[in-house]
Amino acid sequence: MAVTPPELSPEDQRRRRRRSLAIAIVLGGLVVLFYAVTIAKLGPQVLQRPL
Amino acid sequence: MTTASNTLADSRTLAAAQASQQVSQGDVADYVALLKPRVMFLVVFTALVGMVVTPATAHPVIAFASLLMIAVGAGASGCLNMWWDADIDAVMTRTMKRPIPAGKIRPDEALAFGLTLSGGSVLVLGLVANWLAAGLLAFTIAFYAVIYSMWLKRATPQNIVIGGLAGALPPVVAQAAATGRVGLESLVLCAIIFIWTPPHFWALALVKSGDYARAGIPMMPNVAGPDSTRRQILAYTLLLAPLGMAPAALGFGGLAYAAVSGLGGFGMLLLAWQVFRLREGEAAVKVPQKLFAFSILYLFALFATLLAEHAFGLFRPVLG
Repeated sequence: MAVTPPELSPEDQRRRRRRSLAIAIVLGGLVVLFYAVTIAKLGPQVLQRPL
Repeated sequence: MTTASNTLADSRTLAAAQASQQVSQGDVADYVALLKPRVMFLVVFTALVGMVVTPATAHPVIAFASLLMIAVGAGASGCLNMWWDADIDAVMTRTMKRPIPAGKIRPDEALAFGLTLSGGSVLVLGLVANWLAAGLLAFTIAFYAVIYSMWLKRATPQNIVIGGLAGALPPVVAQAAATGRVGLESLVLCAIIFIWTPPHFWALALVKSGDYARAGIPMMPNVAGPDSTRRQILAYTLLLAPLGMAPAALGFGGLAYAAVSGLGGFGMLLLAWQVFRLREGEAAVKVPQKLFAFSILYLFALFATLLAEHAFGLFRPVLG
């Protein structure tokens, strides 16, 4: 039995776009946070290695 | 039989598919409201103080990430609380415009949001800081969402006394995140918030007892009566005033903290005494309102003074 997708009103679409944008911003923030934490945890020793 | 059960399974699958295809009515602001941002701010503030009063400090990035996860965990527990309490929120004037009773966010959306943020905040705090802090954060979320919201709130007038532990734990979680241990400093801060909670909430409950009665929540004024509540407010404030000065006595609150906690504690006692004495007429409503407002200022002043003393180098020891 097929389920028809619901009709989205213009306001529904605007809300969905705003939610998607918020999720994108949060995900981007998490990427920056995890990168910064990784660098902080590794510390300056990461640069001190025999070349 | 087989045909009947197949039909039932089909209809359930269809219902589940239709529910999953319902268009969400929630805007970003509604999801933010689910996190109780004002409570989140207070949690971050008290957690930050729990971090700065500790002699050993964490790397600023680790400290920032830990505070962020504590804030997200607090927001998640607020969200789960709103999911569970949507029925009583709908009948109380203070809460009827929250996203679930207002019909902007479906209960299943709020539950999924709360659970995702709970798991995520605990996991990230464990990876970023340590698993002691993550365990304490998980305990705090579970205590607020399960012990307080699902059990105590509708079962006993001691709901906010015991449930207050969830609101008191953030400094302990923060100290564990920063140092890997739980020390006396954060435990004293936790005790101050814990003992502050009953007079703060009961002052509000004295004024809003009709609201709580309509929702069927057994707050102290509805169960034990206003006179007993006023007596208990005074008793807790008698404990709170000296406890508020404990950081100065233990050496991690300086001269400014001693002055602020002494004056603030005196103000709390004065108002609690007035709440106890003035039981008739306009004063019976106005004085508890004053105590409620002053109690927020009092707690904020205590923690802001500790923050100023430790984070901005204003610490001057009480002795010597």
